[in-house]
Amino acid sequence: MSALTVSALRKSFGGLRVTKDVDLNVEPGERRLIIGPNGAGKTTLFNLITGELSPDSGSISLLGQDITNVPSRKRPHLGMARTYQIITLFARNTIVHNVRLALLGLSPLRWNPLMDLKHQGHLTEQAQEALKQVGLAQIAERPLSQTSYGERRRVEIAMALAQKPKVLLLDEPFAGLSIDERQDVQRCLMAIPRDVTMVMIEHNMDVALDFADRITLLHFGEVIVEGTRAEVVNDPRTREVYLGH
Amino acid sequence: MIARTLPIAVAVLALLTLPLWIGGTYYVNVTSQILFYAIFALGLNVLAGYGGLVSLGHAGLFGISSYVVGYMLQLGYGHTAAILMALAVGNVSMAIYALLSLRSTGIGFIMITLALGQILWGLAYRWISVTGGDNGINVPTRPAPFGLSLADSGNFYYATLVVFLLSVIAVAIFARSPLGAALMGTRDQPRRMNALGYHVLAIRFWACLFSGLLTSVSGILFVYYTQFISPQTLALTSSAEVLLMVISGGPGTLLGPIVGAGLVVVVKNVVSGFIERWNFLLGAIFVAIVILMPEGLVPGTVRLWRLATRKRAPAKAEIKTEGKP
Repeated sequence: MSALTVSALRKSFGGLRVTKDVDLNVEPGERRLIIGPNGAGKTTLFNLITGELSPDSGSISLLGQDITNVPSRKRPHLGMARTYQIITLFARNTIVHNVRLALLGLSPLRWNPLMDLKHQGHLTEQAQEALKQVGLAQIAERPLSQTSYGERRRVEIAMALAQKPKVLLLDEPFAGLSIDERQDVQRCLMAIPRDVTMVMIEHNMDVALDFADRITLLHFGEVIVEGTRAEVVNDPRTREVYLGH
Repeated sequence: MIARTLPIAVAVLALLTLPLWIGGTYYVNVTSQILFYAIFALGLNVLAGYGGLVSLGHAGLFGISSYVVGYMLQLGYGHTAAILMALAVGNVSMAIYALLSLRSTGIGFIMITLALGQILWGLAYRWISVTGGDNGINVPTRPAPFGLSLADSGNFYYATLVVFLLSVIAVAIFARSPLGAALMGTRDQPRRMNALGYHVLAIRFWACLFSGLLTSVSGILFVYYTQFISPQTLALTSSAEVLLMVISGGPGTLLGPIVGAGLVVVVKNVVSGFIERWNFLLGAIFVAIVILMPEGLVPGTVRLWRLATRKRAPAKAEIKTEGKP
């Protein structure tokens, strides 16, 4: 059983076909890298997988279950988590509260209008645990507005990890980071155990290539090349559309 | 702990003893008005402040509860039945509001709630067989719970105070709760909340109902206070007024709407006795607030206070931030 299967997925915005019959099969525990030039439809593919966009045709299944028509808000409950390319965090709150919200999203407690959220010790503990994984446990109580861009990237990852996903989708987790910050994030991602399947979109080939088991190259919404790291890197079509030399 | 509880204790004590020291029935009545308008503002604040959903039609909900009380009494029902029916109709109206307006947010939400408010105003104005049209409905008596006649302004004040305190506690509990945190999350990052597994629409719907309940409660207190209800209460200006209470006091805070209600009611009732152009004064105050404290009176005062205390002890503040690496 595959962790994530996408078959014959299509999506058009008006006359623009952004996803053309995309097939994707990610095995449990696999690290999959999705590359492609700007506008290749990588983030659109993520938005289709997470359900923020609905496909025109095709199907998506998660751990063997067809989720094509499952609303996006229910997919995290089935074991899917994502991070965003453009950081979308709760800027008025502390780091730990951001992670707490991620945990609360999967808890039936989220409907409770009576109890004090701050007294839910187990949520805070789990949030601290996730923050420890990304090395932010010491500054958990800091307001998000007082954190650096690199720290916010790691908060994004901590929120996704806190939900204990089976499939984790990372949309350009290294975008806009300095070399030091990149190494921090890379260390976090490398430490994630193999029972989490990961799909990553990334432009930065230095860090991304180390990460990947298999690579999918998208171009104008189509899968051009798919294979192991070496196969894709050495494929002449990859050089043509992506590496540019 | 003491720094937080002491001001609350002093404020509650002051409110409890208010008729003894404020010097006159008139001022007791003004305070009653502040309290039920504060409940109204707290109700709108649940949506506008915590939920980021600005409604310009809340006076319609406020008014419909008032009208139901008036109409039920006119039909010969008792106060209990009238109040229960007013709460029910108020909440059903809010649910209909929510179902229609939650399809959008931002400007769209404002415009739909505005239109719904105007529809209720139009009904109050034109459905003369029920509402009495321009003449409104008189409410001849106030209820007498536990044998205490609320016709007495002191008793009415205490009844309003009890309902007010319960409302404040309810909002305070809600704001700290997981559902409250989720509502604030949908205000700041609705897309993210959805991706985290929250049902954004349902959270907003529950917030609407809570807001509608507080609005109904304040509408019922209002109609028993004035013992009269007319279409004027449902007009757009009333919706704008309560929104200004929320915005001037500080949206998304517990104390803000209460302070805002106090400001508007005092200027309208007390200051208008001394200054003929009180509308001008109120406008000038709002402009001053927007320029000097755009986040509202309560958060603005807190900010200025922190600024003032930090200047006196800069070293202490620095140690505090560096103490947590």
